[in-house]
Amino acid sequence: MALKMVKGSIDRMFDKNLQDLVRGIRNHKEDEAKYISHCIDEIKQELKQDNIAVKANAVCKLTYLQMLGYDISWAAFNIIEVMSASKFTFKRIGYLAASQCFHEGTDVIMLTTNQIRKDLSSPNQYDTGVALTGLSCFVTPDLARDLANDIMTLMSHTKPYIRKKAVLIMYKVFLKYPESLRPAFPRLKEKLEDPDPGVQSAAVNVICELARRNPKNYLSLAPLFFKLMTSSTNNWVLIKIIKLFGALTPLEPRLGKKLIEPLTNLIHSTSAMSLLYECVNTVIAVLISLSSGMPNHSASIQLCVQKLRILIEDSDQNLKYLGLLAMSKILKTHPKSVQSHKDLILQCLDDKDESIRLRALDLLYGMVSKKNLMEIVKKLMIHVDKAEGTTYRDELLTKIIDICSQSNYQYITNFEWYISILVELTRLEGTRHGHLIAAQMLDVAIRVKAIRKFAVSQMAMLLDNAHLIASNTQRNGICEVLYAAAWICGEFSEHLEESNQTLEAMLRPKVTTLPGHIQAVYVQNMVKLYASILQQKEQVGEKEAAQEITQLMIDRLPQFVQSADLEVQERASCILQLIKYIQKLQIKEVPVAEEVIALFAGELNPVAPKAQKKVPVPEGLDLDAWINEPPSDSESEDEKPKTIFHDEEQRHSRHRQPEIDEEELARRREVRKQEQANNPFYIKSSPSPQKQYQDTPGVEHIPVVQIDLSVPLKVPGMPMSDQYVKLEEERRHKQKLEKDKKKKKQKKEKKGKHRRHNSLHTESDEDIAPAQHVDIITEEMPENALPSDEDDKDPNDPYKALDIDLDKPLADSEKLPVQRHRNAENLKSPDTEAPLVGKKSKKPKKKEKKHKEKEREKEKKKEREKKVTEEGKKEEDLDFWLSTAPPPSSITQTQSEPEGSTVPAEPEENEDAKKEEQEEDNDEGKKSSKHRKKKHKKEKEEKSKDKKKSKKKHHHSEEEPAESVQNGTLDDEPLPPMSSYCLLAENSYVKMTYDIQGNLQNDSQVTVSVIFENKSTSFLKSMELNVLDSLNAKMLRPEGSSVHDGIPVPFQLPPGISNEAQFVFTLQSIVMAQKLKGTLSFIVKNDEGSTHEKLDFKLHFSCASYLITTPCYSDAFAKLLESGDLHMSSIKVDGISISFQHLLAKICFYHHFSVVERVDSCASMYSRSIQGHHVCLLVKKGENSVSVDGKCNDPTLLSNLLDEMKETLSKC
Amino acid sequence: MIKAILIFNNHGKPRLSKFYQRYSEDTQQQIIRETFHLVSKRDENVCNFLEGGLLIGGSDNKLIYRHYATLYFVFCVDSSESELGILDLIQVFVETLDKCFENVCELDLIFHVDKVHNILAEMVMGGMVLETNMNEIVTQIDAQNKLEKSEVRLRDSIMSFNLKHDHNISMMCNLCCLSFNTILYTAACL
Repeated sequence: MALKMVKGSIDRMFDKNLQDLVRGIRNHKEDEAKYISHCIDEIKQELKQDNIAVKANAVCKLTYLQMLGYDISWAAFNIIEVMSASKFTFKRIGYLAASQCFHEGTDVIMLTTNQIRKDLSSPNQYDTGVALTGLSCFVTPDLARDLANDIMTLMSHTKPYIRKKAVLIMYKVFLKYPESLRPAFPRLKEKLEDPDPGVQSAAVNVICELARRNPKNYLSLAPLFFKLMTSSTNNWVLIKIIKLFGALTPLEPRLGKKLIEPLTNLIHSTSAMSLLYECVNTVIAVLISLSSGMPNHSASIQLCVQKLRILIEDSDQNLKYLGLLAMSKILKTHPKSVQSHKDLILQCLDDKDESIRLRALDLLYGMVSKKNLMEIVKKLMIHVDKAEGTTYRDELLTKIIDICSQSNYQYITNFEWYISILVELTRLEGTRHGHLIAAQMLDVAIRVKAIRKFAVSQMAMLLDNAHLIASNTQRNGICEVLYAAAWICGEFSEHLEESNQTLEAMLRPKVTTLPGHIQAVYVQNMVKLYASILQQKEQVGEKEAAQEITQLMIDRLPQFVQSADLEVQERASCILQLIKYIQKLQIKEVPVAEEVIALFAGELNPVAPKAQKKVPVPEGLDLDAWINEPPSDSESEDEKPKTIFHDEEQRHSRHRQPEIDEEELARRREVRKQEQANNPFYIKSSPSPQKQYQDTPGVEHIPVVQIDLSVPLKVPGMPMSDQYVKLEEERRHKQKLEKDKKKKKQKKEKKGKHRRHNSLHTESDEDIAPAQHVDIITEEMPENALPSDEDDKDPNDPYKALDIDLDKPLADSEKLPVQRHRNAENLKSPDTEAPLVGKKSKKPKKKEKKHKEKEREKEKKKEREKKVTEEGKKEEDLDFWLSTAPPPSSITQTQSEPEGSTVPAEPEENEDAKKEEQEEDNDEGKKSSKHRKKKHKKEKEEKSKDKKKSKKKHHHSEEEPAESVQNGTLDDEPLPPMSSYCLLAENSYVKMTYDIQGNLQNDSQVTVSVIFENKSTSFLKSMELNVLDSLNAKMLRPEGSSVHDGIPVPFQLPPGISNEAQFVFTLQSIVMAQKLKGTLSFIVKNDEGSTHEKLDFKLHFSCASYLITTPCYSDAFAKLLESGDLHMSSIKVDGISISFQHLLAKICFYHHFSVVERVDSCASMYSRSIQGHHVCLLVKKGENSVSVDGKCNDPTLLSNLLDEMKETLSKC
Repeated sequence: MIKAILIFNNHGKPRLSKFYQRYSEDTQQQIIRETFHLVSKRDENVCNFLEGGLLIGGSDNKLIYRHYATLYFVFCVDSSESELGILDLIQVFVETLDKCFENVCELDLIFHVDKVHNILAEMVMGGMVLETNMNEIVTQIDAQNKLEKSEVRLRDSIMSFNLKHDHNISMMCNLCCLSFNTILYTAACL
């Protein structure tokens, strides 16, 4: 043995450690990959060794390689091994590796549950700390559910170091397991007033994160936060709170009013820029939430803007950036006050820093007016030319389009200018936003009728120069504009002057290199074009020219027929046949143009993207109803015939929903949007124009008017938008002159027949008349549809699940799952059963989840109903706080009120909960008996699972206690192994050991875990455990069974196997120890046959088993002792030889106490009974004796406890 | 929430990467590369904020970085974090490293990335700021190092205990050490 060890240690001298690995990699710069793969081979060898130090070293190296991009998930199991090392050094390495590479998809992650639980309850705070840190990185819904209760206990740990970590990790737990939010929230709230600033900050942090997503549920905390804000000096906490208020104020304007003053004070007083900035930000949020107009608020706005200007003018670029960022928030509601700083912002546009330019760009959005739009865009276009890096250029491009198209092209006075800007933008190389430009072109061409002629001429030019745009299809973004160009030219071909030339351009062989969807549009639109040319020619009587053009089509179309893109191919071959037919007719000299043009008759109107959604579902149509009968549930999921296609499909979609990641969704959404925007065939059910105007009462129809003649209609070559700027200036100047003239002459003549009806073009906008009277057609919507944004919400938002009302008192069913075993769960709620079933295969699990979600939703509905009544109450509290004038003393009083009112309510709830749960259990019992047949199969499978696990289970349970004590913080010497399982009964067949645990959430229940071990060579089955109930203690049986019925043990035992089952007992009084007589009956089956056997036992409920290890702060402990309502008693035991540390460990372990404080050979300890008795101990060690002084609410309990302790100690 | 913390040098070599969201190893490397490209081409006297955009999920996120000598410290955060606060946090982080390593330089980070992780774990947990007080962080780190050392001592003492009690083994060991020394010696000669 020792030899092996030495050998191992010498081997290790030759192993590489992390430093050697790094050095090696640095020395092998040329063949790094080869070297690393060699190292990974070595690591694999090291992982195979038994020595944990070698393994840890290997895992440590793997963590480094993970950073370099190597996948180390294959070592997940080894990582878990290292995590479960008893030494902190190794444990830390293991947890670090796990936090770097574990995720929800790691399948071995469920093996960590017990290990983490053990570490969480370790007496060494750093073991706990490292487990919490690790868990925060890889917590999964399963882990969250299983460990929520343990973490919650840690939230009131004696060490602030653990408390703050436990508080912080709760956020992750909530995210993964939303059901835990409500039960844990009261304690989280308590932590806001923790004496330790770190814990307080952590709690603020968590609540802020929660409130950011669902602010309305946290409004009731406002008074508490207000107090913190006025009292705290920690800038971190202040910043978080102030940010939180920023999120709350939009919901409660009165809160804003209350906040303004302290915030303004902070702005004036603080020297920390970060705090100042956040204050300004929140003040802005407050001002936004308040309907403006109150005089003193304009002062606040001024203060903010003024402070921001100081920031922007600061030489520190960071402050400048943030100043601009905040400015953009003010812009939305108070554009006037920002506009006065236009100079500053335009200056920032020239800043060398890209981030700052981007922010300035944002601000520009709100600064444009009809007057300066052209000027600003011109400036932006210059930036576009200068910009390096596509990101910034793309950003500029989208900003230009945003600015121009905002509020229905409100600021554009000259659409020709806008079209030329768009065309100029197509010259950008490598932009991703080709589709944006295309969408704009289409939109403008369709909606502004007056511009179509000009647009068509520009588009024709684009098509002519298509080779420039599409020269490199890899940088394909921009070729999207050809899509728009082709469509516009086709659709509005009547405006085209050189149609022949355009048609030729569209038929060039180069076109076939374009993406399929663009080619398809090309093909479709060249027919439109062809039709209009045909008509022209026939009208003039040039039959030959008409035939020529037909021939051209027939010659060139085959190149599209060969296309690999189905859409293109289909359209092309269809059209080719059509044209061949036309040719035949033409040869017979039949006029065809009329008929051909009739193919494309009718005008297309723009349709709102949401229109389809708004089409009401006809009465009597239930979209959720089954078309066929759904397959019955009794069938097992796997055997379902696949032929029921609609079911299959539904399940399919259900599956996919959670799996599609965010990115993919966004991409698809983008694609869909783009398709809808670009696709001219998207529900264009050309309704009569009259109806359309009836539907859109906001915008009156303006007759289309000829274009201002001062603008040339055709710009030769590529257009230059710049010239429009000059022209525009001239035009305006002329207008002004005219006006002046009019004024002088005092003519009261009206402006003419073209009065501007459109409310958008108001006189107030510096009296600039638009160059074209534009007909901005609003998009069509179905009748009765109301415009709304509600359908923009993302249903997959993970934070949505956390939208839970927290003011409602805890309901009965809401508890954190406590550690229990399978069979106990079976008796309990259906919820806990779900994940078990889920493990078998993935499909049912998802279904289950879905089901749960539905239930949750139902519950929410109920809650909402309840809320109506409760809200009144809650509002009252808040109202009171919000309405009171703020003399500080009254604030503190009212603040304590809402808390006070919730606290006493809890014990009652607990009782309710208990009753309810019993009822639930009973219900479940009934159900299970009904559905026994159905469940039969499942149960079988479960059992086999159990069997597999049983060995492991047993192993753990024996080892667990031993190690948890070994990590003692108090001393380094190792402790002897301890086990809380003691012998219940034994005969030649079976051995039973048991342990009793109090149930934290139910004050009258304890759980008895019994390990059954088969000692014989026969098979044990049909085990049944029965206990003779006493008045005080009863076994919890399923409803319907009498007190004399036993409870079946939910497994069978093959020879040599052991397994654990749990039984729940209810107790009335817990001050005395109890003994219950019971019998285990079972059938022994071997080769000779089977016999019925019995084993009697006595179940001993010691008083210690009613205690739950509860950590306690020393200050709370002191208060408790001072309170004086505790009874005292003491014992003394002589002849103690073991060390004090061992002694404490024993008391902690066997009697469920925790050490509050230890000074030399004297320690104070604390525990709580399940019914809430406080038990405090003072343990002193003398030479050879130990004295224990105890204090407790109940004298009987105390004396019994001390007697038990005496017995334990005297064995030492 | 902090989404990721990256440290890399002027050439883009990662020195520490901590992601608080799940990304595959390839994506992680890609993110590091992209971030490096974004950050490295910025001048010294521009602002320390960068809009990450598509980099790590959504436009809500921002890159906040600082450049110290040969190293970039980059935090990717969402809008619930205060920008200036995070800048301070980076400063605290670097100062803590300086204290724990005594005049920290890139080499310290290269060879002791595990220690850097441990220090970081005392500051940021699961993407949320845990502690900003440097003294508190250093105290906890020291305490954990002490615990680690005591474990090493314990292991050594057990070893020596075993050796004392088994004479043969100690002979063996001496032999081994001897042979080890000769190896070293020959290595030195070569």
